[in-house]
Amino acid sequence: MNEITPASIGLSREDLPNSYIGRSVPRPNVPKLVQGRATYTDDVTLPRMLHAAFLRSPHAHAKFSAIDTARAKAVPGVFRVFTGHDLAKICDPWVATLDHLKGMKSAPQYPLPLNHATWQGEPIVAVVAESRAAAEDGVAALDIEFEALAAQTDMETALAAGTVVIHPELGDNLVFTRTAESGDVAAAFAAAHKVVEARFVTGRHTGVTLEPRSIIADYNPADETLTVYHSTQAPHMMQGVFAKQLRMKEGDVRVICKDVGGSFGIKVHVYPDEVAVAAMARIMGRPVKFVADRFESFVSDIHARDHRIKGRLAVDTEGRVLAFDIDDLTGIGPYSVYPRTSAIEGNQVVNLCGGPYDFKNYRCTTTVVLQNKTPTCQYRAVGHPIATAVTEGLMDLAAEALGMDPVELRRRNLIRDDAYPYTSPPGMRFEGLSHHASLNKLLEMVPLDRIRADQAEARQRGVYRGIGFASFIELTNPSPFMYGIGGARISAQDGCTVRMDPDGSIVASSGVTEQGQGTEAILAQIVAHGVGVPVNRVKIITGDTQTTPYGGGTWACRGAGIGGEAALQSAIALKQQILEVAGAMLQAAPETLDIAMGEITDKASGKPRMTLFELGRIVYFRGDTLPKDLQRELVQTRHFITKEYPFAFTNGIQASWVEVDPATGMVKLLEHWCVEDCGRVVNPMLVDEQVRGGIVQGIGGALYEHCVYDAEGNLLTTTLADYLVPMSAEMPEIHVGHVETPTRESLLGAKGAGEAGTAGAPAAIMNAINDALKPLNARVHEQPFTPERILRALGTIA
Amino acid sequence: MIPISLTVNGEKVVRHVEPRRHLIDFLRLDLGLTGSHAGCEHGVCGACTLRVNGKIMRGCLILAASLDGADVVTIEGISESGEVSDLQAAFVARNAAQCGFCTPGMVMTAAELLAEAGTPTRGEIREYLSGNYCRCTGYQAIVDAVEDTLRSRSAKP
Amino acid sequence: MKWPAMGYARAKSLAELWSALDAHGSAGQIIAGGQTLLATLAFRLSEPSTLIDITGIPELRGISVQGGALRLGALTLHADLCCDPLVKAHAPLLAAAAPLIAHPAIRNRGTIGGSLAYADPAAELPACVIALDATVITVSAKGERRVPAAAFFTDLLQTALEPQEIIAAVEFPLTKRLGAIEEIARRSGDYAMAGLAATLHLEAGRVIKPRLVYFGVGKIPVLAAAAAKALEGRSLDTASISAVQAALAEDLDPPQDLHGPPEMKRHLARVLTERVLQGFLREKVQAA
Repeated sequence: MNEITPASIGLSREDLPNSYIGRSVPRPNVPKLVQGRATYTDDVTLPRMLHAAFLRSPHAHAKFSAIDTARAKAVPGVFRVFTGHDLAKICDPWVATLDHLKGMKSAPQYPLPLNHATWQGEPIVAVVAESRAAAEDGVAALDIEFEALAAQTDMETALAAGTVVIHPELGDNLVFTRTAESGDVAAAFAAAHKVVEARFVTGRHTGVTLEPRSIIADYNPADETLTVYHSTQAPHMMQGVFAKQLRMKEGDVRVICKDVGGSFGIKVHVYPDEVAVAAMARIMGRPVKFVADRFESFVSDIHARDHRIKGRLAVDTEGRVLAFDIDDLTGIGPYSVYPRTSAIEGNQVVNLCGGPYDFKNYRCTTTVVLQNKTPTCQYRAVGHPIATAVTEGLMDLAAEALGMDPVELRRRNLIRDDAYPYTSPPGMRFEGLSHHASLNKLLEMVPLDRIRADQAEARQRGVYRGIGFASFIELTNPSPFMYGIGGARISAQDGCTVRMDPDGSIVASSGVTEQGQGTEAILAQIVAHGVGVPVNRVKIITGDTQTTPYGGGTWACRGAGIGGEAALQSAIALKQQILEVAGAMLQAAPETLDIAMGEITDKASGKPRMTLFELGRIVYFRGDTLPKDLQRELVQTRHFITKEYPFAFTNGIQASWVEVDPATGMVKLLEHWCVEDCGRVVNPMLVDEQVRGGIVQGIGGALYEHCVYDAEGNLLTTTLADYLVPMSAEMPEIHVGHVETPTRESLLGAKGAGEAGTAGAPAAIMNAINDALKPLNARVHEQPFTPERILRALGTIA
Repeated sequence: MIPISLTVNGEKVVRHVEPRRHLIDFLRLDLGLTGSHAGCEHGVCGACTLRVNGKIMRGCLILAASLDGADVVTIEGISESGEVSDLQAAFVARNAAQCGFCTPGMVMTAAELLAEAGTPTRGEIREYLSGNYCRCTGYQAIVDAVEDTLRSRSAKP
Repeated sequence: MKWPAMGYARAKSLAELWSALDAHGSAGQIIAGGQTLLATLAFRLSEPSTLIDITGIPELRGISVQGGALRLGALTLHADLCCDPLVKAHAPLLAAAAPLIAHPAIRNRGTIGGSLAYADPAAELPACVIALDATVITVSAKGERRVPAAAFFTDLLQTALEPQEIIAAVEFPLTKRLGAIEEIARRSGDYAMAGLAATLHLEAGRVIKPRLVYFGVGKIPVLAAAAAKALEGRSLDTASISAVQAALAEDLDPPQDLHGPPEMKRHLARVLTERVLQGFLREKVQAA
């Protein structure tokens, strides 16, 4: 099915060899997905494999001591029961702080806590049985006495006197605080023509990967190796984590990713239940599988975006931005999550507010506090949707205060396209962005005049429609400045090994990973392009620490920009090596030869000289016929890391067109547009689909998704009937456009594309809703924008 | 254990099952048919959608024990029969699958829509698929793929 | 979560059902389509029991018109309600309600009997059977009973079914009347934040015997008595609609839920009232 040949994507021989980049090549991974032939971690069955289930804390905060496992052990099929003390004997706790986040603190976290439960849903006791069902039967038969403690749930009171301190040894509930300040904010506000302010809330939500977190750990006592099949974004990082916590050598741990059923940041963290699985396998010398069920996913997958932000914006009479003044507060649960930490999201808010605009005076503080709720950490577009909502919400308020069109206000303040390099007030360095070109492109796509006319006409009929805009920046291609300098063993470099096999086919193994976003497809394109072979002759290996070069995996939009460049450089190196060998065989200077569609050609005439099949035959089977000193290793490895800029920023702008029913508070999404600039677009179709999928996750946070807790810290939204994810019926048609400003840090020029949609969509929707509600004198800044909140804003309900 | 005798993807299957075994675990654990996925196990996400006696259902909301005499078709069966090879090709062409975990259920649901008479609008396609959760795509490419297939089928004589 | 260990028995006839229920006593739990029961079993909140599968009992099947009523066997699928010609002809409200119930894969297995027996106050069919003044035919070893739909739902998730008694069928009078259902749900197929199933007759422009049944706003579907009184005998116009909205204060005592406070549900009920009654008004104008 769908064999991808040059002809099938409209490529002729004349286009080759250098034309795969920029083409919408279908992903070679998809046929197996549509036929049910993929292999996810839960599809793997190992001999003598056992299954784990966890008793999870029913309390947000509690002490426990005696655990009576006798009844559980007697349940048919139950093999063993493990407590925190059992695992602590062979597994060390971890503390998630980063050195460059000054003053950051967190408490040691064990795979299973010893006597202190700190969130409802925290794994407390593990039962291992011959089936998952039996393990759950065992959990139901555990007898454990909890002594419930008062819970710290409200982030606003986390630092108040007399509050519950979750980890008394830390002294208080403060994890981290940082203020970035530049210019003279007070003076700017004092001199302002208009000052607008608002209080924003972003709702705590979570990733809801359709494939739950899944792991099989298999310890072989004979060779003292641990093999972990893991649905993860970062196999090399997890290899190091398992080794360190279990006191093993890193080389004795192998992490293998089968097909991963979505990740979005959920699967890049260290989860205590998963470490517990590895520890139990180590103890028992048998494979143990754990697949989170949906209920435990909601209480144990990381949450994100639980922020309250107060923002002020000062503008002059011309609508020039004078200053932003932002105060961000976030509750992250009882532990900072290892190893990325839970302070990065707030730190990103500080780094990113006001990001698209040219202004001088800036103050932003983030305060990161503990709570007895599920831990939060990095989820798709970390901090960006928060910073963008605050920035763009304030910009629309300013436009209204000035009586200026919101598009015009943005045009007056967006950083000029010729202003780069540019350093933003909080110190972010932009190599090259295209805010104005993107805005212009967006306005070509959005029929703004027709929309405004329609809006006016609809209002006459009592129908309230609105359009909202959101410019944004996105941090991609991170250098070690993100985590490495803080002491975390998180690789910002990535490698790729490319080899040619005897039949002329190419195999590339890469340290970046495939989560469904199309990494393997773009790597195949890049390698095909670099070597000069049809893309269907390239096979990609990812997700195995033992067979791929060391790398960081999938996070912060680095697959194309970092992994792609490593692949390109290694492919070019392989091509050079092949041409050296071909030159010797054909008695031609290598520089006069080329490779096109898998054939050595004469560069000047394009005339075929030799197939790679023939070259492979001679190299691998008749090496005796080649000159003795000829290098003939048809394998090359290159690693890549960014050097000039800590991050490759991308930019873009979104527009949302909505209809609000003021009687019910329901929001209908009519249409959505996004223009984004991710540098070189390797595969336009895949980038468009990343943007669309990202936008819909942003829509989820804006309209539907919310982890709702009661005052005692019990999560109320633990099913897919209560936690609302975006479904097809309510989603708008999404139009995507591109501007390309390649990064000069790499030959490929690609930046990241996976998070832009999520970064900008909530702000665009918020502004669209508020545009619709304007004649009714109502405004909402608290996500998700539920019917209840809109009806409250309208004064319909108190 | 409950004895059942049924047809799965055209093959006769005779087994004894625990009453608590749902159809998805029966397929995955007892028959090795891992194409159907358990995404929520409480009937909401649609990843386990498959065909029982000619109609799509949620595999996680069916007792395997209740299927004596039933005719079950999974993603593996519908792929082998070629019934939706055009739809599957459209999924590939449109990149209507990213992580792919929802895809088998999505294909099974779309297959029922395609089998029904009529030419649904994009809105109706969206509505029909609205019981199948996809976290990756934003749905548009899936709607495109179904629409492409409808159009090419109706163009054929 | 996996379902707890439990038993399973198939009943192929009512006689087999009675003996199975006898054998298992209070541990016996009837299962039909299982679309609600099996979802809730996954929460492991209820004690293990034996599921007694009634889907093989022929007496519980069938859609027919007999004795001046439309009779739907308890095993009638939601999917059948969408398109069965007898349902469309005699109880079009059910055909209108069916597409609002969850999604195609659920409608292909869920049954009307199961929906009524589970008695979710936010579900569409319990409200519809009250609005249509249907009669629930129950059957047990002792014989049949006929329970008016309005008396069938007794409390949150509770019905008038006796132990070891099941729903055999639902009968709908063949009376011609206007009917409509509207609901406000966050997403297509979700349980409604609030809904209204309504029927009434219009004679010489006057409303006769209105039955306004609100769902998702209480422990059971609410047949609004004060609202009906405010509408009975009046012409359908803005004034009477306002009167009905005002009267709802007496009829509804909604609980708080994840979607909002009681006040919001009252408000949404008033909005639905206006929309449904305005819809009838439009139909009247179009018919005239």
